[in-house]
Amino acid sequence: MSNDLKIVFGRRYRFAASHRLHSDQLTAEQNFRVYGKCNNPYGHGHNYVVEISVSGTVHPATGMIVNLVDLDEFVQRQVIEPFDHKSLNHDVPAFHATVPTTENLCKEIYQRLKHFPLAKLERVRIEETSNNAFEYAGEEMRDRMAVR
Amino acid sequence: MVYLTRKIEFSASHLYHNPALSADENRRIFGKCNNPHGHGHNYTLEVTVAGEPDPVTGMVLDLKELKVILEREIMQRMDHRFLNYEVPELKDQIPTCENIARAIWKLLEPKITQGRLHKVRLYESPDIFAECYRNGASQP
Repeated sequence: MSNDLKIVFGRRYRFAASHRLHSDQLTAEQNFRVYGKCNNPYGHGHNYVVEISVSGTVHPATGMIVNLVDLDEFVQRQVIEPFDHKSLNHDVPAFHATVPTTENLCKEIYQRLKHFPLAKLERVRIEETSNNAFEYAGEEMRDRMAVR
Repeated sequence: MVYLTRKIEFSASHLYHNPALSADENRRIFGKCNNPHGHGHNYTLEVTVAGEPDPVTGMVLDLKELKVILEREIMQRMDHRFLNYEVPELKDQIPTCENIARAIWKLLEPKITQGRLHKVRLYESPDIFAECYRNGASQP
């Protein structure tokens, strides 16, 4: 039976942005101890790679869960345009009061994409550098992980 | 449970065309993927098998055996082929990443008898992929 098979479509996007890790709830010394050079006062940047996975029915007429032109357009509008070549701390309202770690960036991008009307958002994975990756699949993730 | 993944690469050509649609609709939906003589990709396939390591060998399954299965079931069928015309498992389907991943799942699942097939991930390019796994399967 192929009905119990799940098919996921994934696509990777890129944007470049700066951030500074600093919490107003910590003292200057604590900030430096926790965030190290990421706390340097004027911030620094990354080339972020964002991997978006969506699931749904593979439409027989097109062989596709979603036409990537439609997904690209949505991600472009919701994420790339507001984030690319911006300061996450200054230019993204969600990070005025929240530290723009890549953990929080995953959650923010998830929130921005979860209402994509043409397929179900499965997860957001961000590579901050080629050595650091973060993933968020909504709060259901906890339940899915527990199945294992 | 331990998950092991083996990666293979194959090159193949394809085109997207649905004969039930008009030429204009095909062009509108599929864009340049509808070009009449097709185009090609270097596909990367990641096959993940889940299982408990055998207490004697320490293996979920022998990777050499998985290599032979992938060579026989996937490489010989799809490598350097035109997917629309030469791969019967994709007959009457648009050979999108989604459909190829599902066809690969169906080919491999019955052949993997040590451990069980957990996930298939097929990259059409480094930025486009599809995955196939059982509904409700645990991650990864």
